[in-house]
Amino acid sequence: MIIAIPKETYPSEKRVAIAPENVAAFAKLGYEVLIERGAGKAANLADSAYEEAGARIAADAAEVWKCDLILKVTPPSMDEAGGIREGATLISFVYPARNEELIQKLADRKINLLAMDCVPRISRAQSMDALSSMANVAGYRAVVEASHVFGRFFTGQITAAGKVPPAKVLIIGAGVAGLAAIGAARNMGAIVRAFDTRPAVKEEVKSLGAAFLELDFEEDGAGSGGYAKLMSKEFIEAEMKLFAEQAAEVDVIITTAMIPGKKSPVLITEEMVRSMKPGSVIVDLAAEGGGNCELTESGQAKVAHGVTIIGYTDFPSRLPTQSSRLYGNNLVKFVQLLGQADDFKINQEDEVVRGAMVLDQGKLSWPPPPVETSVAPTKKPEAKPEELGKEKKTKNPLLSGGFLLGLLSFALLALGWNGSSEFLDQITVFVLACFVGYMVVWNVTPSLHTPLMSVTNAISGIILIGGMLFVSGANPWLAGVAIFVATINVAGGFLVTQRMLKMFRK
Amino acid sequence: MNSGNISSFYPLSDGLVTMAYLVSAIFFILSLGGLSKQETARRGNLYGIVGMTIAVLATFLSGKVSNFELLVPLMLGGAIIGAVMARRVEMTSMPELVAILHSFVGLAAVLVGIASFMDPGHSDLVGSDKLIHEIEILLGVFIGGVTFTGSVVAFGKLRGSLSGKPILLPFRHFLNLGMVVASVYLGSQFLGQEHDAALITLLIVTAISLVLGVHLIVAIGGADMPVVVSMLNSYSGWAAAAAGFMLKNDLLIITGALVGSSGAILSYIMCNAMNRSLVNVIFGGFGTGSGGGGGSTEIEGSITEISALEVAEELKESKEVMIVPGYGMAVAQAQHVVKEITETLRGKDVNVRFAIHPVAGRLPGHMNVLLAEANVPYDIVFEMDEVNDELSEVDVLLVVGANDIVNPSALEEENSPIAGMPVIEAWKAKTVVALKRSMATGYSGVENPLYYKENCRMLFGDAKDSLGQVLSGLN
Repeated sequence: MIIAIPKETYPSEKRVAIAPENVAAFAKLGYEVLIERGAGKAANLADSAYEEAGARIAADAAEVWKCDLILKVTPPSMDEAGGIREGATLISFVYPARNEELIQKLADRKINLLAMDCVPRISRAQSMDALSSMANVAGYRAVVEASHVFGRFFTGQITAAGKVPPAKVLIIGAGVAGLAAIGAARNMGAIVRAFDTRPAVKEEVKSLGAAFLELDFEEDGAGSGGYAKLMSKEFIEAEMKLFAEQAAEVDVIITTAMIPGKKSPVLITEEMVRSMKPGSVIVDLAAEGGGNCELTESGQAKVAHGVTIIGYTDFPSRLPTQSSRLYGNNLVKFVQLLGQADDFKINQEDEVVRGAMVLDQGKLSWPPPPVETSVAPTKKPEAKPEELGKEKKTKNPLLSGGFLLGLLSFALLALGWNGSSEFLDQITVFVLACFVGYMVVWNVTPSLHTPLMSVTNAISGIILIGGMLFVSGANPWLAGVAIFVATINVAGGFLVTQRMLKMFRK
Repeated sequence: MNSGNISSFYPLSDGLVTMAYLVSAIFFILSLGGLSKQETARRGNLYGIVGMTIAVLATFLSGKVSNFELLVPLMLGGAIIGAVMARRVEMTSMPELVAILHSFVGLAAVLVGIASFMDPGHSDLVGSDKLIHEIEILLGVFIGGVTFTGSVVAFGKLRGSLSGKPILLPFRHFLNLGMVVASVYLGSQFLGQEHDAALITLLIVTAISLVLGVHLIVAIGGADMPVVVSMLNSYSGWAAAAAGFMLKNDLLIITGALVGSSGAILSYIMCNAMNRSLVNVIFGGFGTGSGGGGGSTEIEGSITEISALEVAEELKESKEVMIVPGYGMAVAQAQHVVKEITETLRGKDVNVRFAIHPVAGRLPGHMNVLLAEANVPYDIVFEMDEVNDELSEVDVLLVVGANDIVNPSALEEENSPIAGMPVIEAWKAKTVVALKRSMATGYSGVENPLYYKENCRMLFGDAKDSLGQVLSGLN
């Protein structure tokens, strides 16, 4: 079976569906790859690289569109949709909610249409979640765009020419794009703060080195599918107040708040833009859905009140080589679900395939029946304080230590009450030696535990002395065996320790 | 031994012998102290050898020992066998060696106890002295017996000639209790008995202690062996101390107490590392009993495989690499390949470090010894607590044959049988590559959600072969 990759025709689209590295992965599954001449050019992926990886180069678009399985990035144009063979399978981004006319046209061609943007966001399908991989690229690129127009360093420096304060970056929404933006901005040395309605992401935000801004307000914003849900009015008011405070202080704001199928919420008002320092930058990753900033113009960058507001909608395409590689990997994983070339089957029993299915032989099958997801973490904070208390109770070392010491002293006193003086001398030696051992051994570094064990083992062969004292007595053989095994112990223990310690080197 | 040479200062006076013993005891303390740091460890071992030599020589010359024609060949034979064992043993088999050596101390304690009872010197004692001596003999023999058979069983389990799975007899706690009660009862009978009858009672108690040793250790699972071995180490010390009491020999008492408390501390550290109480380990049956179904949660998600060449690529492109070895590395004898990879990467300016969990392997410190054998410098080998906070900065974390010690459910799931056990938080690294033979669970029988995490890649196969391919991929 042939996998066909057409050149993207959407204006200014630079990505291509797969990278040369993916050709081999498809070949492993038994597929032959046919790619349109120059498909990867805009992403700096040369035809020759695809050819070297084993792909065939198609002379023109028509040859590609004749194939049975077509992989693409953007939805096909109306023209392309008309040229597709009846009964073929197309895998690409589709956005079925916005593209009814296109879907109608494809339905007329009786094709199977699988939408990469509809792959359910469940753990099993993470490796084919193209929205996440593109969001990752977008988050990174957002920071690059911001720093490009921002007139200062992101990092703080102390130079001979004076001190440079670090830039302050606020990131709203810590989803995939937001987290990628946090990572990129931190790597450039900026002070990064992040806000999200879902408290569960706090840990991830912190792990990337950003501060997590919190409201004095209890409401969990985790919705289904890994997105945040719409929040209550009071919450939004508290949130807006926080943004207003932050806007006056930070240099860069990157917003990523998108709610699927709905208009993006306005989080940055014109008032807030006006309060920002001149030269500040807002990057609105939600521009396609109307934007999180009141002044965002979709697809454009503009300056308002001295603040550059970037509302591009093609961030992934602005990093085409990276995006194409990641998208290609997503496609490989997705095609794996459809089976080997000789066993290709769109298995609708699989909830991932079913979720992505928009057209089944031209029959509309979108939206799919709902899938339960497990992305939202369960909440269980109540148990914590109690547990801590319990631990404290059982692990009070002073108390239990004191108790043991008391018990020991008591036992020793009891022994002293009734015992020969010789025996008491021995007990004295014994107890003191126990303490010496205790003090000495606590200092042993854990990496030397094995040598410690073998050396103590050799030392405990001192019981040899006991055997020696009886070897001249009534039962020389009994003592003899004891001596024999104890000597093995002494010699073996010391020598093996020596051998081990010789190996430890700095 | 040349008798003419000895006669000039033979026999030593009692006072001289006592002082020699004291010197030797000091050397033993210095020996343990020396082992606390890598830099002084070899000197520590040397102190131990000096102490032992002084003790043995002093005893030779004390005038209480004759019968050299039996003694000398026995000691020479023992020393040769010990030396050969020490030379031949594979570092991966250290746990077995240590276990079998413990059993020798136990056996010697039993024999010395019985010999001491049969010695005419014992019958001469009267009154409370005799009573105390008899109690001492009982204790020495009993502890020695448990140590002996317990160590033999541990040896068998570690070697794989006995199954590592815990063997749980019905009513095992009652059986243990019964044996202890019977021993105490017989012991009390023993105290008043005539010499011959008492000897039989003593032998019965010995037999019971031997059975108890087997029964106790048989019930403990393979993964708990670090605790078992250190516990037996402790027992062997107490057995020597008990022998010291019955022989009225301070050197034996001191040495026994040193070893006993050392083993006890090690057991305690090992238990902490597994978040379990000593009692829980001693009475065994981990992962089979009260857990109530073991792996409690179904794990959602899929695993992602990776090839050795891809691992090599990942490693080449990283700055920080952490390697977490486990028992699987010992089984596959992969420590040398691990070292080669480490060298190669360090040559490429990649910072490679090792993270060791306290109970990785079958012996406390087992992994450190294996890495040392492979010539991995010890200053890049770190303890779990030293690195757990830094793991998020690690680009690639290689898990080589470890399972339970990197299992996130120990921290995340309250119902997990290993809940609360401190683990190396491997999943925090940017990429985790887990080497594994198959998807089988670890010793605890608990599923490991780590493998299903998004940043985890699985490299299936024998660790040595897989790493060999990674190495050739690096070069």
